[in-house]
Amino acid sequence: MKKLIANREIDVNEEGYLIDFKQWDREVCECIAGECNVVMTEKHWEVIEYLQDKHRKEEPLSIRGIKRSGVINIKEFYNLFPGGPLKKSTLIAGIPKPKSCI
Amino acid sequence: MSTKVKKMLFILSKATIENAYAAFVMANGARMEGIESEIFFTFFGLEAIQKKKLEHLHVATVGNPAMHIPTMLGGLPGVEALATKMMKKEMEKLDMPPIGEFLEILSDSGCKLWACKLAVEMFHLEEEDFIDDLDGILTIGDFYNRADQEGTQILFI
Repeated sequence: MKKLIANREIDVNEEGYLIDFKQWDREVCECIAGECNVVMTEKHWEVIEYLQDKHRKEEPLSIRGIKRSGVINIKEFYNLFPGGPLKKSTLIAGIPKPKSCI
Repeated sequence: MSTKVKKMLFILSKATIENAYAAFVMANGARMEGIESEIFFTFFGLEAIQKKKLEHLHVATVGNPAMHIPTMLGGLPGVEALATKMMKKEMEKLDMPPIGEFLEILSDSGCKLWACKLAVEMFHLEEEDFIDDLDGILTIGDFYNRADQEGTQILFI
C-alpha cells in the first residue's frame, strides 16, 4: 500500500515498513522517526547506518548483534529507540522488520 | 501496533537448559516488543543465576519423551552431557547466546532479575554467589506486588 511520507507516496507494508529501500532518504527517515516519537541525533544516524549496512550484507539482525556491534550498547539502544528498539529502528532505517526471536 | 500485554513476570523454577532458555527468550522477546519483563528465580531455577553454575546447565534426558531415546539410555553416564553439547551447538548456529551472555543482554535490556528469598535460604546461598546483574532477593509477596499494572501476566516455568 501507499503512505504519504514527507509529502511523497511511499510503498509500505501493512506494518508501515518500507517495501522499496530506494524510496528511503534522510527526509523520509526523519518523518518516520517523528511518528515514532524519536528525534534523530548523531547517535541515531550512526545506528541507522549500521543497520542498513547489515541489511546490505544480508546479515540477520539480533539484539546480540547490537551488543557486539561496537556502535552502540544495548542500554543506549533501548534509550534511543524506546518501546521495541529493533522494531522501531528498522522501521526508521527503511529496512524489513527482523524475523528472529532473539 | 500496540499490544494489550504491558508486563510479563516469569517464575523460573527449573534450571534445565530448555526451561531456562524458554524463560529468557520470552523475557527478551517481551522487551523487544516494548513490554516490561522480569524473572523470579526460585528453587532449582536459582542455578541459572549462580556464577559458578550457570554455564553448566544441562538438558534433561530422563523423563523427557520428546528426546526420543529410551529412558534407561538417557540415564547412562555421559548421555546427558552429550545431548547438552549437541543442543548447545545447534543453539550457537542460531546465534543464541550462552546463559551468562543472555543474562547480561536481559539486564541491559531492562529486564529485572530477582532471586527467591526462601529458596536462597534453603540452599544456603549468599548474595556473592549470584551474578552481579541480579536486582535483588525478594519474597513471593514482593514479587506479586510488582504485578502492579493492568495487562500484567505471570507465567510459571
